[in-house]
Amino acid sequence: MKHKCDHCDRPATTHSVEIIKGQKIEKHLCDLHASEAGLVIKAAHTPINELLTNFVKLHSGAPARQEKVCEHCGMSFSDFRENSLLGCPNCYKAFEEQLSPLLERAHEGATHHLGKVPRRAGAAEHRQAQIYRMRKRLDEAVAAEDYELAARLRDDIRQFEEQS
Amino acid sequence: MNPLRQMTDHAGEWLRGMGPHSEIVISSRVRLARNLAGFPFVGRANRRQRYEILERCRKEITNGRLADGVIWVNLLESTPLDRQLLVERHLISRQHANASDDMPRSVAIGADETFAIMVNEEDHLRIQVLRSGMQLSEAFDQIDRIDDVLEERLDFAYSRRFGYLTACPTNVGTGIRISVMLHLPALKLTGEIDKVRRAARDMHLAVRGLFGEGSDALGDLYQISNQTTLGRSEEDIRADFEHTIVPQIIAYEQQARQALLRQRPAQLDDKVWRAWALLTHARVMGTEETLALLSHLRLGVNLGRIDTVDIRTINELFLLTQPAHLQKLTDTEMDPATRREARARLIRQRLGAR
Repeated sequence: MKHKCDHCDRPATTHSVEIIKGQKIEKHLCDLHASEAGLVIKAAHTPINELLTNFVKLHSGAPARQEKVCEHCGMSFSDFRENSLLGCPNCYKAFEEQLSPLLERAHEGATHHLGKVPRRAGAAEHRQAQIYRMRKRLDEAVAAEDYELAARLRDDIRQFEEQS
Repeated sequence: MNPLRQMTDHAGEWLRGMGPHSEIVISSRVRLARNLAGFPFVGRANRRQRYEILERCRKEITNGRLADGVIWVNLLESTPLDRQLLVERHLISRQHANASDDMPRSVAIGADETFAIMVNEEDHLRIQVLRSGMQLSEAFDQIDRIDDVLEERLDFAYSRRFGYLTACPTNVGTGIRISVMLHLPALKLTGEIDKVRRAARDMHLAVRGLFGEGSDALGDLYQISNQTTLGRSEEDIRADFEHTIVPQIIAYEQQARQALLRQRPAQLDDKVWRAWALLTHARVMGTEETLALLSHLRLGVNLGRIDTVDIRTINELFLLTQPAHLQKLTDTEMDPATRREARARLIRQRLGAR
């Protein structure tokens, strides 16, 4: 059965039933009168793709609102998700938390750089990487039960740390 | 004068057909991704910044400290055909060739074509060294020197934790990509190539064809490259290729070649000589067919089943029969149908047939 609007002759599109003091009150309203009565928000329908994006964001752990933005280039993490390119070097710092699991997956579980250090980036960084590298070798030696090598590496690390 | 003009009548360094293991290893390539500190990455930089990045890099690359006779090619001003030519020679990526018309971008090419530096591709700098045969150590030493020279005057974006910072996190850390191009016709013929593909994937290596993506490798040419760039040193990654990955695949291919010789010598010779017959007599030739036939011919020469042609000529034909090279070589723009005729003619000429 089709209802007409309670207030005019247009077809009703919004139907509601309220129970007030034991009394059942049915309301049938057209778009116009429903929005006047505050039952319907007059704005356009939420586009379905936006709905999906929000859904994905919600479930991928990224906050739907008030997203963190890189303070250098203004990129947000969802921008990155869209084209998988970061905006500037500082994005690595700004999104360190979200990037870490991605990087681990992409690089066989690695979390830290272990290679070349640019000379101009400073000797301190060079030293850090060197120690990090020696520690990794030590871990590997211990895992392989090569205790002779491990002992030697431990001495090397101690010596290296004392030197610098 | 167009600096690319003299390029077309010969193949680049990487197709010389020389170097260790050149019967299977076509070329060794190393590339480094670098970005200038203090700028957004290319994709997010504005017009002014992109020009500034380009200009700073140009100054450091072309001032003679790197090498003499570096060719600087402004890709905004070059024709699509020239750009395609550079793609075929593996001096720029397809992405760099086909970027939008307002992206200021260039490539610097070493006089002997052993190195090329793309500016404003995905990263500010993509440095590559390309050599024929198995020459990873040489390529690596050369690129390390280039990197050192550039780094003396350019500040590269770098963090202690993540290493060299790149636009795409899949390149971060060392920013290094090692690629070895291998000719594996016997593994293809014996149907074992899929095993190699699977093993490579398990080792976190990418397997691509002659010109990057595309499932079937034209001419049985396969590029194997590392995907992990974080948490391993450049030397470790290179050592894996030099001591494990490449020797292993070479051994598989050699076993497959010996198996063919032992068990199917007639069929093998038939493939080789059919390839020779078609290449020296056909009047119309497509790119794919050309590469497939050249592959069988190359196998035949390497196994001593045919001696009517040398490897270098075959290697050159792999390149010179590509669309842009063909058109540059004959100095005419041609539609695909005309190209197929010109291709057949060029092949006959180079193979000494009428």
